[in-house]
Amino acid sequence: MSSLTITGVTKSFGSGASATRAVDDVTLHVPHGSFTTVLGPSGCGKTTLLRLIAGFLVPESGAIAFGDTVVVGDGVRPMPPQTRRVGYVPQEGALFPHLDVAANIAFGLPREARGTTGADRVAEMLELVELPADFRDRRPDELSGGQQQRVALARSLAPAPAIVLLDEPFSSLDAGLRGSTARAVRRALAVTNTTALLVTHDQNEALSLADQVAVMRAGRLVQSAAPSEVYLSPSDPQVAEFVGRAVVLPGTATDARATCALGEVVLTEPATGPVALMIRPEQVFVDLAHDEGVRGTVEEVSYYGHDCAVQVRLDEGTSVLARMAGVRRPGPGDTVHLRVTGLVRAYHPAGAP
Amino acid sequence: MALLALVPLVYVASYVVIIGPVDLWELLARPRIAELLRNTVTLAVVCMAATAVLGVALAFLVERTDLPGRRLWHGLLVAPLAVPAFVNGYAWVSLDRSINGFTGAFMVVTLSYYPLVYLPVVAMLRRLDPALEESAWSLGHSRARTFRTVVLPQLRPAVLGGALLVGLHLLAEFGALSLLRFPTFTTAIYDQYGSTFNGGAATAMAGVLVLLCLVLLLAELRLRGNRRYARLGRGAARGAVRVALGHGRWPLLAAVGAVVALAVGVPAFSLVRWLAVGTSTEFPVAELVEALVATVALALAGAVVTTLAAIPVVWLAVRHRGWASTVIERSTYVANALPGIVVGLALVVASLRLVPAVYQTAALLVAAYVILFLPRAVVTVRAGLEQAPTVLDDVAHSLGHGPLATARRVTLPLIAPSLGAGAALVFLAISTELTATLMLSPIGTSTLATEFWSASSELRYGAAAPYALLLVLVSIPATVLLMRTDSPATKTERVPV
Repeated sequence: MSSLTITGVTKSFGSGASATRAVDDVTLHVPHGSFTTVLGPSGCGKTTLLRLIAGFLVPESGAIAFGDTVVVGDGVRPMPPQTRRVGYVPQEGALFPHLDVAANIAFGLPREARGTTGADRVAEMLELVELPADFRDRRPDELSGGQQQRVALARSLAPAPAIVLLDEPFSSLDAGLRGSTARAVRRALAVTNTTALLVTHDQNEALSLADQVAVMRAGRLVQSAAPSEVYLSPSDPQVAEFVGRAVVLPGTATDARATCALGEVVLTEPATGPVALMIRPEQVFVDLAHDEGVRGTVEEVSYYGHDCAVQVRLDEGTSVLARMAGVRRPGPGDTVHLRVTGLVRAYHPAGAP
Repeated sequence: MALLALVPLVYVASYVVIIGPVDLWELLARPRIAELLRNTVTLAVVCMAATAVLGVALAFLVERTDLPGRRLWHGLLVAPLAVPAFVNGYAWVSLDRSINGFTGAFMVVTLSYYPLVYLPVVAMLRRLDPALEESAWSLGHSRARTFRTVVLPQLRPAVLGGALLVGLHLLAEFGALSLLRFPTFTTAIYDQYGSTFNGGAATAMAGVLVLLCLVLLLAELRLRGNRRYARLGRGAARGAVRVALGHGRWPLLAAVGAVVALAVGVPAFSLVRWLAVGTSTEFPVAELVEALVATVALALAGAVVTTLAAIPVVWLAVRHRGWASTVIERSTYVANALPGIVVGLALVVASLRLVPAVYQTAALLVAAYVILFLPRAVVTVRAGLEQAPTVLDDVAHSLGHGPLATARRVTLPLIAPSLGAGAALVFLAISTELTATLMLSPIGTSTLATEFWSASSELRYGAAAPYALLLVLVSIPATVLLMRTDSPATKTERVPV
C-alpha cells in the first residue's frame, strides 16, 4: 500500500500537426489509503491517465511515484506494468473466460501460493467483496454483471497491490445494481485500506464514493478537492455545470453580498463588481404559501418522487431551476415566490473570483 | 508465409511477363484454347445459374413451407457436400458410360455443388426478421409479391455468394470433369503437364484460369462488400409464418425426393454396388491401410504446419492493425482463387528452378497444402483471437505477468479451441485433396485420393470403391462442421476439389 503522486504528466497521441494532448500537464496526489475519483466527460483523457499509471502507456514528460518509488519519470527507466503491483479493474470486469472464479482470483498470486494458501486467499477475497463462498466454482458467464465486477475487484486485490485502478467499472451495470456494487467495492477498499483511483463520467458516482474528486476537462485537471467542495465551490462555472445542475446568473457584488435576479445573496468569498453567481437548484427555496421573495410563474414540473425539479419564469423574464421535496408541489401556471438560501459562489467574468 | 502464398501468383505472372505478349498470343490464340474457354465459361455460367435456382427453391421449401419431413430433408440435402465431386463423377460414370460431355458434367457438378447455395440461403432465411415480411403483407402485398420484393433482395448476397463459390469450384474442378470427359482449362493443364511436360502451354492456360478465378473473386468481394442487410433493432427472433402448400405438397415432395435420389441415392447405390463387386474380386487390405496411413500422416503434417502458419498472420491482423498487416492477411486469401492445379504446377516449376532438392518430397506437398488451405485456418483462428480482447492482456500484466506468461496462461488457452477447429478443417480438406497431391506427391507415396484416381481413371471401378468409401467417410466430419451455419468457416469455405 502506498500513496500515488503524479507530477506534470503529459501524453499526446498522433504526431505533427494532428497531435492531440490526451493528458496535459496533470499533477495529482492521492494520499495513502484514500479513494480518489477522476471525473470528466468521455474523451477528456481520464482513461489515458489511468493507463499511464498502470504502465500500459509511457508519458512524454512528468513523473509518477508510488509512495517513494518513482515508477516512471525523468532519468528513470519506466517500470513495466507486471512489476508495478497495480490492481486493474477494467470496464465490464474482463474476467478470464476460460477460468472459474477461484482461478480468476488466484491468477495474480505467486505460483507457489496458488495451491492451498491460494484457496484461503480466494475465500478471504470472496468474503471481502461480499459474494457467497460457493461462487468459487462458477464460470464467469454464470455471473451477473455486478458479480463479475466484484470478482474482478477481488482478483485485483488478491496480490495485495500498491494501488487499485478502476476504469468506469460500473458504467455497464443497470441503475439499481450500480449503487449496490459501488458501495460493496467502496467497503472492500476501505477494509483493506487500499489506495484507489476510479475514473468515471458519472457525477453521482464520483461524488458519493470518493474522498477526493479530480475533475478533468480536455486533458487538463481543472480541480481536485473533497466532493463537497467540488460541488459547492467549483473552480469555474463549467465545472459547476458538469458536477450537477446549476443556475448561473449575472449579478453585481459589493463585498460579501451580491444582487441578482433572485434578489440579494450572501457570497462564500467577498467580491466586487460584475460577477457570475452559481446557485444550486436545491438552494432556491420555493415558497407556495407566502409572498416573500422574487415572484415568478411555474413553467414546468418534473416529478421524481423523492423530490421534484421546478422551472420558474421570474416576472422580470429570467428562467431558473429550483429543486424541492416532492411532498407538496406546485402545478404549471401557479404563482410562487423564490428565495436563495445558503452561501453562493461568485465568479469574475474572466473565470476566477 | 504470405510470400509462400504468393508463389503461384508470382510464378504465373512472371511467366506471362517473361515470354511477352507475342509468344503468349501464339500459345493462346488456337482453336483448342477457344474450345476450352467456351467449355469452361459455358459450364461455369450454366451451373451457377442452375445451382442458384435449385438452392433457393430447396431452401424456401425446407425453411418457409409446411413440407412434410423438413428436418430429414435438410440433412439429406446437405449430404452431397460429404461426397467429393470426383467421387460423385465416378459413381455416375461407372453406372452408365453414356453419362459424359456437357450434359453429364452439368448434371453431376450441379448435384454436387448446389448445397453451396442452399446452405447460405437457409442461414439467411433463418436470420431474416419476419417483421419485414409482415410489414409488407400489412401494406397490401401478396405472399408471392412479398417474396419477390422483400425476401429475394435480402437473399441476394447469400445467393450470389454461393453461386460465385460454385463458379470458383468449377474452375478448379479436375477429377469429376476428367472422368466425365468434358475438357476445361483445369483438365487441359493437367493433360499438358502429364503428357508432354509442356510447361509453356500449361502455364499460359494457368494464367487464363487464374484470371477467370480473380474475376469471380473480385465480383464476389464487390457484391458482398457493397450492401448491408442489417436486422434493425434487437429482441428475440421469431420464426416466420410458413406457407401452407395444400395439395401442391405432394408434387413438391416428389421433386425434393428426386433431387435427393439423384444427389445422394445414386452415388450411394453405385458405391455400394462397386464395393460388392470390388470386394468379391480383390480387397487389398495392405494397400488400403498404406494409403490411409500416408493420407493421415500428410494431412496431420499439413494441418499442423498450416495452423502454425496462420498464427502470426492472424496475430498481426488482429493485434497490430495497419495497412501492412492487412496486405499480409489478404495475400493469403489470394489462394482462395487459385485452383490446386495452378498451385501444383507453380510449385513443380519453382522447386525445379530454385531448390531442386525439395522436388518430389513430402515437404513440397505440405507447402502446397499450406498455400491452398491457409485461408481456412486464418478465418477460424482469427475468430478465436478476436474472442481474446487485449484488455485481458492488460489485466494479466497488472497482475504481474510478463508477455510470455500472459501468452501461456491467457491467450493460448483462449484460442486453443479455434486452433483445434482450424487444424481439423485443414486436416479434412487435405485428406480429400486430389489435384495438387497428384502432381506433387513423392514417388511411391500414394494417398486415398491418388489411389482412387489411378484405379478409377483406368476404369477399375471395383478397385476404386473402397478408396471412394474411405474418402466419403473422411469428408463427413467436415460436412458436419460446415452445416453449423454460424461457424466462421462457412464464410469463405471451399470444399476440396
